[in-house]
Amino acid sequence: MAGARRRKIALACLLGFLVLLPPVALAAGEPFYVSLFTRILITALAAASLNLILGFGGMVSFGHAAFVGIGGYVVGIAFVHASDGTLFLGLLPGTVSGFVVLPLAMIVAGLVALPIGAICLRTTGISFIMITLAFAQMLYYLMISLRRYNGQDGIAVWQRSELPWPIDLDDRMSFYYVALAVLLAFLYGTHRMVNSRFGRVLRAAKDNERRVRALGFHAYRYKLAAFVIAGAAAGLSGALLVNSTGFVGPSYLEWHRSGDLIVMVVLGGVGTLFGPVLGAGALMLLEEFIPELLNGLADGLGEHWKIFLGPILILIVLYARRGLMGLVDGSLGGSLLRRLRPEPPPGKPPRRRR
Amino acid sequence: MDPLLLIEQSLNGFQLGVMLFLMAAGLTLVFGVMDMINLAHGSFYMVGAYLTATFVGLFDSFLLAVVLAVPLAALVGVVVELVALRTLYGRDHLDQVLATFGLILFFNELVKIVWGPVPLRLTPPEFLAGQVELIPGAPYPAFRLAVIVVGIAVGAFLWYLIGRTRLGMLIRAGASNREMVTALGVDIARIFTAVFALGAGLAGLAGAMAGPILAVEVGMGEHILILTFVVIVIGGIGSVKGAFVGAVLVGMVDTFGRVLLPTTLKLFLDPSTADGVGASLASMAIYILMAAVLFFRPRGLFPAHG
Repeated sequence: MAGARRRKIALACLLGFLVLLPPVALAAGEPFYVSLFTRILITALAAASLNLILGFGGMVSFGHAAFVGIGGYVVGIAFVHASDGTLFLGLLPGTVSGFVVLPLAMIVAGLVALPIGAICLRTTGISFIMITLAFAQMLYYLMISLRRYNGQDGIAVWQRSELPWPIDLDDRMSFYYVALAVLLAFLYGTHRMVNSRFGRVLRAAKDNERRVRALGFHAYRYKLAAFVIAGAAAGLSGALLVNSTGFVGPSYLEWHRSGDLIVMVVLGGVGTLFGPVLGAGALMLLEEFIPELLNGLADGLGEHWKIFLGPILILIVLYARRGLMGLVDGSLGGSLLRRLRPEPPPGKPPRRRR
Repeated sequence: MDPLLLIEQSLNGFQLGVMLFLMAAGLTLVFGVMDMINLAHGSFYMVGAYLTATFVGLFDSFLLAVVLAVPLAALVGVVVELVALRTLYGRDHLDQVLATFGLILFFNELVKIVWGPVPLRLTPPEFLAGQVELIPGAPYPAFRLAVIVVGIAVGAFLWYLIGRTRLGMLIRAGASNREMVTALGVDIARIFTAVFALGAGLAGLAGAMAGPILAVEVGMGEHILILTFVVIVIGGIGSVKGAFVGAVLVGMVDTFGRVLLPTTLKLFLDPSTADGVGASLASMAIYILMAAVLFFRPRGLFPAHG
């Protein structure tokens, strides 16, 4: 298949670009790009974790940023207690050890995702979307009400997590490669997972849950497991993001962030392995450079760049469902042509009636 | 507890509930009839508030401003439906979420460009500016009371419209079986547009009335939108009765949670801890309520579909 070969070549180019970026950027005297792409890789991890449940499991979670925020707060709270020597809830001392806080961020985010997923997955469709959003909002207000951790203002985390030599998160290059390695490891894990028995059941449940149940699988348990794994990975992404930005606050859990994650997944290509990475990169690069570009055209236009993003999203939904990965496969033009013809688009199962 | 405070807080809770009902009634019909999730519903609320503030500035009459702003908000809804949402009805929910998320970004920026980023001030009309003593010794802002009255009137109007008119019959039929209604020769697309206009108008009305109570600012629709989602999930998607019960329930729980939880916790904990924990619990109360309802009734209190 020409598409598959094009995809392989494109991915090889992408990987080569990502591996070579830091030395080239530093040599060119542009260390900013290393930091920017570190943030992109970390955000791509969050988007990829959402893609696991959204793309492969068909669960449109509108509260995924909450788990990113939880992971971030684990690092932030551990830092606060480490810096002033107090105990968390009078029991646990704080720490800045990466070996403790990074796994802890995953565990806590996973543990929060478990009851939320257990309740949300009792519903489907529109209710599921609204309830995940509502739970994320609940956690958002919870963080605002935490006066011990500065409520609305959040925590300035001025000490990065400590990892053993030779890894040093204070070093741009080192941090970048940590983020890249974590992302690639998660993508590889996702690849193995979706092609395993677990992943097949999950994908089957997306297409026809009733049939999966009729075959004797507890679709609910599989979906819940995927929800928790995605939550834990999002937590890790949050923990890394706090290290990258030096700050964690309720804004991490804002529902716009959850929306942005969905946008990244769809922009890149739903249910594709590398789609979320492309989507995260595209959206964050746009965010970074479009305002300047538009300001060059007309003064003050850049400030309002989102007025263009909104309609672009609608157009993507209407005409380019396969996202950037579709572009990579060379099938975007084809799907556009098919859209313009009156026949139904391919590859989409008919909506199940209630 | 002081009975006068109890009455005042009940009225506050009811007023918030009524406001949520205006939002939820339109949204639940859009969900129920079209099986469509519309995140941009909060944008109509925002547009309603901004238009009212503008017309008050122009004509110096709150009533006239509302009378003008509500149909305009409905008109915005119709335009949005015709231009963008109509093509999304048959699509999966992910598409709808994404496209309507795009609409929110668009409307927020549009409002920022037209009215600027500074929140507008909207004062209640002269004749509702004062206090009313419903029960001797318990003065209550007249404007909030008017909101409650308007909300109840809208509730009665919807009950009549949905339960007693031909249009209402078609809406109910469309909600329970879309294909059958189409097969019987009803132009369902026109009903969709009508429902959408109705929902957008009610959201605009809610925005106009929220203006004097809260600030008129960009993003004001999003906070209430999420509360509205909670209301709809509790009430059962597609049910106007459920929307009313859910809205009043959420309004009451939210209001009383904020008043009662910190004071109650002070009985057990030291004051500063009680304040902190109480505030956390109060802001989570309605979501806990929602989780509890869903745990026992995953389809809400009054599921519209069999």
